[in-house]
Amino acid sequence: MVVSIMGTRVLRKEDPKLLTVGGTYTADLRDARLEGAAHVCYARASALGAVSGVDVSGALATPGVLGVVTNSDLADFPLQPPQMDLFPEEMLRRSWLVDDAALFVGEPVAAVVAESVVAAVDGAEAVEVIYGGGEPATVIDLEDADGDAEVIFGEVGTNLALNLETVDMSTGFSDGDFFEDCEVVIHQRVENHKVAAVPLEGRSVACCWENGSLTVWMSTQAPHLVQGVFRNVYDLSRKDCRIIAPDVGGGFGQKVNHSQEEMLLPELARRFGRPMRWTETRTENLIGFGHGRAQVQRVTLGGDADGKVRRYRLEVICDSGAYPGVGAFLPYFTHLMASGTYDIAEIETRCRSVVTSTAPTQAYRGAGRPEATAAIERAVDIFAARCGRDPVEVRAQNLIAPERFPVTTAVGTEYDSGEYARALEKALEASGYEDLRREQARRRAEGDPRLLGIGVSCYVEITAGPAPGGKEYAKVEITPEGGARVLSGAFSHGQGHLTTFAMLASDSLGIPIEQVEVIQGDTAQIDKGVGTFGSRSLQLGGSAVCDASNQVIDLARETAADILEAASADVVFDAEKGFHVSGAPAVAVSWADLAERAEAPLSADSNFFAAASYPFGAHVAVVEVDRETGEVTLERMITCDDSGPLLNPMVAEGQRHGGIAQGAAQALIEEMRYDPWGNPVTSTFADYGIISAAELPSFELVVMETPSPHNPLGFKGIGESGTIGSTPAVQSAVVDALAHLGVTHVDIPCTPERVWRALS
Amino acid sequence: MIPAAFDYIRATSADEAIAALAEHGDDAKLLAGGHSLLPLMRFRLARPAVVVDIGRLNDLKYIRDEGDHVAIGALTRHRDVETSEVVAAKVGLLGEVTSHVGDPQVRHRGTIGGAVAHGDPASDIPSALIALGAVLVAAGPSGSREISVDDFFAGFLETALSPEEVLTEVRIPATDGAWGFEKFNRRAQDWAIVGCSAAVRADAGVGVALVNMHPTPIRAGATEAALAGGAGAAQAAEVAAEGCDPTEDLNASVEYRQHLARVLTRRALEAAGL
Amino acid sequence: MHWRMKAVERVSVTINGAEYSHEVEPRTLLVNYIREQAGLTGTNIGCDTSSCGACTVHLNGESVKSCTLLAVQADGEDILTIEGLADGERLHPMQESFRECHALQCGYCTPGMVMAAVSLLKENPSPSEREVRLGLEGNLCRCTGYHNIVKAVLHCAAGASATNGGAQ
Repeated sequence: MVVSIMGTRVLRKEDPKLLTVGGTYTADLRDARLEGAAHVCYARASALGAVSGVDVSGALATPGVLGVVTNSDLADFPLQPPQMDLFPEEMLRRSWLVDDAALFVGEPVAAVVAESVVAAVDGAEAVEVIYGGGEPATVIDLEDADGDAEVIFGEVGTNLALNLETVDMSTGFSDGDFFEDCEVVIHQRVENHKVAAVPLEGRSVACCWENGSLTVWMSTQAPHLVQGVFRNVYDLSRKDCRIIAPDVGGGFGQKVNHSQEEMLLPELARRFGRPMRWTETRTENLIGFGHGRAQVQRVTLGGDADGKVRRYRLEVICDSGAYPGVGAFLPYFTHLMASGTYDIAEIETRCRSVVTSTAPTQAYRGAGRPEATAAIERAVDIFAARCGRDPVEVRAQNLIAPERFPVTTAVGTEYDSGEYARALEKALEASGYEDLRREQARRRAEGDPRLLGIGVSCYVEITAGPAPGGKEYAKVEITPEGGARVLSGAFSHGQGHLTTFAMLASDSLGIPIEQVEVIQGDTAQIDKGVGTFGSRSLQLGGSAVCDASNQVIDLARETAADILEAASADVVFDAEKGFHVSGAPAVAVSWADLAERAEAPLSADSNFFAAASYPFGAHVAVVEVDRETGEVTLERMITCDDSGPLLNPMVAEGQRHGGIAQGAAQALIEEMRYDPWGNPVTSTFADYGIISAAELPSFELVVMETPSPHNPLGFKGIGESGTIGSTPAVQSAVVDALAHLGVTHVDIPCTPERVWRALS
Repeated sequence: MIPAAFDYIRATSADEAIAALAEHGDDAKLLAGGHSLLPLMRFRLARPAVVVDIGRLNDLKYIRDEGDHVAIGALTRHRDVETSEVVAAKVGLLGEVTSHVGDPQVRHRGTIGGAVAHGDPASDIPSALIALGAVLVAAGPSGSREISVDDFFAGFLETALSPEEVLTEVRIPATDGAWGFEKFNRRAQDWAIVGCSAAVRADAGVGVALVNMHPTPIRAGATEAALAGGAGAAQAAEVAAEGCDPTEDLNASVEYRQHLARVLTRRALEAAGL
Repeated sequence: MHWRMKAVERVSVTINGAEYSHEVEPRTLLVNYIREQAGLTGTNIGCDTSSCGACTVHLNGESVKSCTLLAVQADGEDILTIEGLADGERLHPMQESFRECHALQCGYCTPGMVMAAVSLLKENPSPSEREVRLGLEGNLCRCTGYHNIVKAVLHCAAGASATNGGAQ
């Protein structure tokens, strides 16, 4: 009997290379096609405001500089199509480089092309942006932008980029008193501040033209999506536009979409007649490529005095940054997940996105769903406190019961499967919740200066969404040696698909995992694809691998029947023996036999579609707060994250760990900040507090596996769960530590000074 | 980011370094471990025309027990100070403070002389030197001179060193008295938001100094005076922020810094057995 | 603005046991020398402020951030990068431990993290979990939440790494 490798901790095939010579990231490429490449450095706006000219003479005089391109040089180069067309037209008409105004600090003004990176940097430093021609509209705060602040796009007449109600992406608020029948109503303004995705590798692109064909190497999460954009901008056929994603050093949502700096590179290559390379610095990544979250919410929750929640109103204002794009649309996901894990009879949402004088908002791990969880969890905590009840009891009282699935929430989102109460129980049990409460009571009674806080969050999120669902492509081929090759349209950049997708094919085909090769990240080799984001890849891309593998088995059955001189209906396949006549396993046909006999290579593909799935779980955070200084120490994180059956528990745990750390970091440290003049002040890793090992504990993970009915193996996404559950749990723990002093809310990040002020 | 271009001079002796500084004046910068200077140069916030590399002056790398004091060569690395038995036995506060500088990689390269000569108020090491009453030795064209640590820090990133002087040695009076160090920061690798060094000195006086509470590293004079006048730790710490002119930044307002100074000073004093 | 074209300086170093000698501008950072002149791209650049540690290599046996050294400062010295850590096909125990504990995802911080971890155990062969966390304070990772990195370093310190990992 062959023991399936499904559900086992297979070590990663990716690792030996990454551990010995390192990955081959875009800046590492030493490809012959990039011989003689020139290097680009973008000169950037150092202040907001109207720009009357750009003096490039100093740059042109810099040794090694080949030329400088400003926006006026690009008059005949068509504008790139917008990411989304939901917004006022004037906001979508973004020039390639700063034209007559810099709308955010860090916006690229000129491309300096040089023989070396050093010369390009020297040249960019010598570019002088001439400001003048009017006072800049400077709107940093999103509530100001939503209020009576000056208007950034004068022609539009408002800073409102998108009212999601008008496109049925939020419900709007009814007239009259929505909360009339509620005994207890709480209201809170909740900040979900701007954070940076900060993949350790920033943006990096290289490109070359050969006889009218373009090849682009790019650090991206979605090579096929990016191909579509390059094709559109450069008017190229699929065959003439090849995108290769080499090893990619993290993305976290930031690298799903493309940027001006990346898209312009082939035009520079064309003008200078050379292959072209650009790799950004950390500061460019922090100030130029957009941030995540960036919402202010107003939550109102009403219900019975005994803790039963009845009605919820969520108002979201989202900061889309200077140019609205995907970030301005993400409140839709906040709306979709507004109900969280709770059975709430009536929900109203009102979401809108406004432009500000900051870098455009992007997707960041969770992308709209963490904001939904943060809002409802804060509201439930405050509601429980107002009812004088334990926040855990109030949660348990209101969770959607397992027998109700599939269930449609008051905002119309249909959750597939879940056992929310069990996830909460498991996390609480692992945390020793009762003991923690006793310890907290002891410390309070004894006046211990180390306050203990226990925070709980329940979450449900949407992966491979929104409705109706998503697609991903895979092709499976049998090699002449009897191994398998998987060509995947998903794109792993740390998620381990080379291992996990190989496990799927190996299990279906009975071919040892060592003989299964997974190929990704090259549009010339892989016909179709979407990419890896939104925790979609296993349920869609993995299901496509299974589907294609099963098709290959069906195709091979015919050939096997010929060899076995049997009717194909009598031929069975088992992973251990191969193809044989039913009941006669002694004579079997192997994949190698079949590959030898087949006239064409045995292969099949699948563009697998599935409806969205809804992973869920519960997190418990334990913090200590120094009563004198306000310093918060995260002592424990206990999480139960249910993403359906686990293909490789080791890899899934890794996804959870990373997510938990990022979510905790948002709750405690990380914040992208601008000064009142629009200067980003957290523009380096010395200022932007990306969390380190020293600020975190080891995490305590609890297993739970509830399948989704939406794909054959029941998978749900696990990439973002950790991030979604942990931020509100940690925030709740900080508030809980101070609760006996009358504190009901502290905004994130819960910095020492903020906590100290709440204490004093 | 890459520094702007510069001329490079590798000094093979302190005299050579002094001669190079004398020749190039303000255009020149000394490079020791480089962990203060190079980050500034990478952002082109510093762009010296000439860099004089003193990193190979091996005769300035030593830790000597001189009986009543410990002499540390200016080019001694943080790692060597942190792990020195002489430092641990005779100026223990300095060893502890040094172990909190930057991260291990920084401590493998950064030097005590570099940290002091940079004059950064957010640096931890000056607070230990002030608390312990150190003397700094500088060599210049006309020979060597000793500078009391109290006269050394002249302004934000400014010291009493003249443009042609090289810091050569740090002399710290030995003490077997207790000490305490408190560093408050956001992340382990970060600069202190506020820090406090306190040490009971051989003369039985107590030295107290603060990190990041003033444009320069600063002695908590009011606290020292209160202690000398018989105040206890809690009472003396109440006046820790007096005479300090802290700034507001990303991590703390002035008011919060002053509060932290009081709390951390009390804790450092308590750790020093006061 | 004026640009000073400077005389180049000769830099000769040993990297992973091999001799390299090149003329470079004095402003060349060691990390750029390793990546461009020596062609060893395993060492990565993740920031501009000596914060992230992706560029960590060993200089004379100790971890340093190669983005905060000029190549000329390393002239004549001995450098070890990730490419020189394994003994032929045989992974260094720290590499093996990282693999067995799933201490890497995208791999970008990994070379620097492994080099920092090796240096850490050299100085403190039996660290506590807290000491490992503090010892890696200068290396940032965005993927793993550090959980498995800390586990791998403790695993390596305990001599628990083996070469028989794989499917159970």
